[in-house]
Amino acid sequence: MTLRIPSGLLARIWQHGQQAYPEEGAGLMLGRFVGEARVVTHLLPLENHFQPESRGRRYLIAPRDLLRAEDDAERLGLEIVGVFHSHPDHPARASSFDTEWALPVYSYLITQVQAARALESTCWRLTEDRARMDEEALVITDPALDEESS
Amino acid sequence: MTIIRVPAPLRPYTGGSKEVEVAGETVAAALADLVKHYPDLKRHLFDDAGALRAYVNVFLNDEDVRALQGEATPLEPGDRLMIIPSIAGGAPIGQRDERREPAPSARIRPGSVPPRPA
Repeated sequence: MTLRIPSGLLARIWQHGQQAYPEEGAGLMLGRFVGEARVVTHLLPLENHFQPESRGRRYLIAPRDLLRAEDDAERLGLEIVGVFHSHPDHPARASSFDTEWALPVYSYLITQVQAARALESTCWRLTEDRARMDEEALVITDPALDEESS
Repeated sequence: MTIIRVPAPLRPYTGGSKEVEVAGETVAAALADLVKHYPDLKRHLFDDAGALRAYVNVFLNDEDVRALQGEATPLEPGDRLMIIPSIAGGAPIGQRDERREPAPSARIRPGSVPPRPA
């Protein structure tokens, strides 16, 4: 289980989390499934639709946004391979709420944003029995390989 | 018969099918027929008590069935159902309180236009 992401795209995820601080920022990762690995090639930052008073600890991607993202991905010949979101002032670990709401197949990339600065990202995937999320390898690829990314 | 659109992350449980045809005169019956034919899908749509999971949104001809009669909403031949999950999560609020968090109010916002992929 591996998520491969170009360093430039990870930098944009960190920037998105910092801009959303002190709220959680979230979006979708588009790319390809290559065996057990997910390869990210595009990002889709999205609005956090959770109730405003809880956005410091919660994010919500609206169903209409997901539907449009699926159509966009299909048009690009890609697939949604995962979700990214930030944990403001909290470690980049999957919470039980993350697990309860997780979908199978997707990789979940979590970034700790401490005092408005992104510190660390980790990646997680729901187990088939929905009991927990296991951490998966996060491989940051070389900028020289970022050519097809934007 | 009713067509159900299955979201991408659940298609591995429908043999890769994006749309499947099901029988049933209500939304509940159609969903029951869906998981009868694709039993591995059940745990991702329903919780242990048999209730639809909080992230599962069902739309009948583009209208959230919660705004209709919920799972009791009757179906007509040729109706089209869509299962569209809400995607949510977040950092722990507290060990004791974490599982008591209210579910987010996941609703389609007409007219909201998300950015295109970067």
